[in-house]
Amino acid sequence: MYQYFYDLTGNTILATLIVAVFPLVNVLIVALIGVYLERKVSAWIQDRVGPNRTGPFGLFQTVADFVKMLQKEDATAKDIDSKLYNIAPVLVFTGSFAAYAAIPFSSKLIGSEAEVGLFYVIAISSLVVGGILMAGWSSNNKYSLLGAMRSAAQIISYEIPTAIIVLSIVMLTGTLSLDKISNMQTAYFWNWNIFGGAEFGITKFLLIPFMIVGFIIIFISTLAEVNRTPFDIPEAESELVAGYFTEYCGMKWAMFMLSEYGNMFAVSAIVSILFFGGYHSPIGYLGNTLGIEWLIPFEQAFWFLAKGWFFILVQMWLRWTLPRLRVDQLMSLCWKYLIPYAFVNLIIIGVISLL
Amino acid sequence: MKEYFRNTWLGIYTVLVGMKITFKHLFTPAVTIQYPEVKLKLPERERNRLYVNMDDCIGCDQCSRACPVSCIEIETVKSIPGEDLGVTSNGKKKALWVTKFNIDFAKCCYCQLCVFPCPTECIYMTDIFEFSEYDRNNLVYKFATLSEEEAQEKKLNFEKFTAEKEAQKAAAAAKPKDDQKTAS
Repeated sequence: MYQYFYDLTGNTILATLIVAVFPLVNVLIVALIGVYLERKVSAWIQDRVGPNRTGPFGLFQTVADFVKMLQKEDATAKDIDSKLYNIAPVLVFTGSFAAYAAIPFSSKLIGSEAEVGLFYVIAISSLVVGGILMAGWSSNNKYSLLGAMRSAAQIISYEIPTAIIVLSIVMLTGTLSLDKISNMQTAYFWNWNIFGGAEFGITKFLLIPFMIVGFIIIFISTLAEVNRTPFDIPEAESELVAGYFTEYCGMKWAMFMLSEYGNMFAVSAIVSILFFGGYHSPIGYLGNTLGIEWLIPFEQAFWFLAKGWFFILVQMWLRWTLPRLRVDQLMSLCWKYLIPYAFVNLIIIGVISLL
Repeated sequence: MKEYFRNTWLGIYTVLVGMKITFKHLFTPAVTIQYPEVKLKLPERERNRLYVNMDDCIGCDQCSRACPVSCIEIETVKSIPGEDLGVTSNGKKKALWVTKFNIDFAKCCYCQLCVFPCPTECIYMTDIFEFSEYDRNNLVYKFATLSEEEAQEKKLNFEKFTAEKEAQKAAAAAKPKDDQKTAS
């Protein structure tokens, strides 16, 4: 993709910007449709109708909200630390958006084919914690500060089980490149890592239960990392008003929301790459059977987006199912349950992959 | 250790149970009634805005007297002989012009006490309950069918009639005196 635009424009900066537009558009669409779906799914689960006044089926509700947010006055409190206060939303959004640089949307639409893509994603998404802490501290508001502290504690804790499960996948596949991990699970769905990977043999069947455990652990811990219910104690509405972005309004607030939905998709993408074949189709390609080469990348993009959206929907489903965890429950879930299981899982997968 | 595994199992199992329940609800139709478009059927004995069928009203003032908050104002004028006011639907002959029949719904307490005494059943509760107004004066509903001029005319007619009657009476009272005078 980058090469193509480089050949087209002959300018590295321009080509990079053009390639960066694609994930940006994706984030915007995810936020736009995600907020709408969030409302609709919550309404359906609670036997309500949901937004249905603005446009057909309420489709323009998010657009209307966005327009409202653009028009809003940028009201700020008097005693804020304005430098940090203004940088924080940008930093949070950068953290969630930068993760898209290494995520392969299809075999042709990859921002960076870096060999350490997975490592990069894990590292860069931690930038969000810094932004959140800055937002909480600079707001000069006790709720913001409490939310930010909780968020930092939570994200840092849950990074450990995530990293361990990622490590076990890396042990199995032997690479950190997201593109290569996806390519190892090509062709059909039984080649996915959750079904033991592409290599057929006794190890494949031995791996399946441990892969499922790994998937559950990484799903829970990534859910906690993006601050979604049941792990939304950083922005617990009923306790902390809105948590770390209590003092924000208008477009700065929208940046936080955008990064939340961007994060949701990024996390879903990582989970689908690690366990569900990434952009590869589960049932083979139409382009291959029809003999149309150029169709394949589009199909791959479709499957990638479909998998990402599926996990976003599961996240929403969980959100409207489970109540929020208490802080001590949150910590005990991470340190007492997820991390030991993840370690045992890591050892077992290591032993099996040695066989 | 046993407790630990039990906790793990319970954690996963209960989450799955919850997810199953919410998944079921995802496909149950919404219970929302979208009010202005869809309205619930009101109960049979609902009490809402009053309506007066003036064709049947005989101007007996019983509803006004039954009203605990005095929100019904009625003024009537007697008809003069020769004027035909028609009959009510249950055969009662009307004898009074109803020149004013105002109900102030700002005062009305929807007790339905005015409905029962009505001999012709012309005042009753309807199923209309959306009649909010910005101005309180708009809540005074005027039911009288006669226009202002007509009412004035009827009043004048009656006054003329009574005046004539008085004159006749006076004349009748005066006559025997004259007779006596002439007789004596």
